[in-house]
Amino acid sequence: MTAALTGAAASSSIAARPLLTSAQMAHFVARGFLRFDGIVPHPLCAEALREIESNARPGSYGAKHGDAKSRTAGQPLDSVWNDPGGIAAVIRLPAIRGIVHSLIGPGALYDHHHAHTVEAQHRWSQPWHADAVIDPRVAFDIQLFFFFHDTPREMGGTMILPGSHLRRVHESDIARYQNFLGQLPMVCQAGTLLVCHHGMWHCGQPNLTRARRHMLKLRLNPSASQCLTWDAADRDAPEVRDLLTTPEPWHGNEGRLEIVNRLRLWRRLTGDDNFDADYWLTRLELPRG
Amino acid sequence: MTRPRQQLLILYLANSDLGSPVGAWSFYDGAGNKTGKTGDSATPPYPTGLAAMQDGWRVIQLATLRPAQPGHEHETSYLKFEVVLEKLVETAGVP
Repeated sequence: MTAALTGAAASSSIAARPLLTSAQMAHFVARGFLRFDGIVPHPLCAEALREIESNARPGSYGAKHGDAKSRTAGQPLDSVWNDPGGIAAVIRLPAIRGIVHSLIGPGALYDHHHAHTVEAQHRWSQPWHADAVIDPRVAFDIQLFFFFHDTPREMGGTMILPGSHLRRVHESDIARYQNFLGQLPMVCQAGTLLVCHHGMWHCGQPNLTRARRHMLKLRLNPSASQCLTWDAADRDAPEVRDLLTTPEPWHGNEGRLEIVNRLRLWRRLTGDDNFDADYWLTRLELPRG
Repeated sequence: MTRPRQQLLILYLANSDLGSPVGAWSFYDGAGNKTGKTGDSATPPYPTGLAAMQDGWRVIQLATLRPAQPGHEHETSYLKFEVVLEKLVETAGVP
């Protein structure tokens, strides 16, 4: 079985300070995701699951053009979900607000959400894909994957490919691929949040259990600068450069190119145009004779 | 009467050397129902492309090496070093 998503740098508890650290941000820039175990209290998980089961909070994705829900994309998140309970309350948890603020800054915009439900004994394995369309922006959206119930490996859940997020591909152009060294299935307990860069390659896994599986995905856009929106006190820590320069096992010869792209994104997020690691960018920027 | 049917093994190597390590893989079974699924294995079927050839897989396509487009030298997208291999398997017919 493929190793489940783990890793101290990727994980944080609800007791963590509200804003992410530079090490966590570097992990996100390098690998494209962060995982937060147990961040949603169980009573809120139960509320959220009731909303999903009853379709009490239908998404804008696929809404008819005359439907008011089809006009929510691009609106401030706080105005789209301003009710007191369920998934709206989950989004207002201080720890989750801190994560969202750290990654995309103030004034997050609602893009869409969708409850991904996989029936019991569903053996189909979704092809690898990146959401939406090929996206050349350097600015990034985030996708929040909420797992409101326990999700063991035999239940799926979502599989991601760390370090795939900066590749420019269009949706399921990548469906020919089946397996990668380093692919990670999301195996977790109730209340876990996975946050991914919008470019993350992912796929839903078969649900071999006798229970229905739910995963709620929420996409948010930035509305302002994403520069130094986290607690950057540790930005000079050696761990930051270590994270940014560690390739994934499937990268092969392209690992160095991935590092170059990570360093450019880190420069943009920190506003430091001279930032470098292992001389990768500086060498390219030397004056030409 | 048996009929030959094609199985395809697609390996994605670390570089253009067929002896370099496999980083990703797919299997399409035109002779049966063993076509792979996303996430169904965590280790590659062979350590290198050459190891697959030594086990009887025939290379039918290698990814072309293309120079980077000016201005896009550092962009990444699809896996560059794709090797398509086949085996012909005698079957009783279309499965």
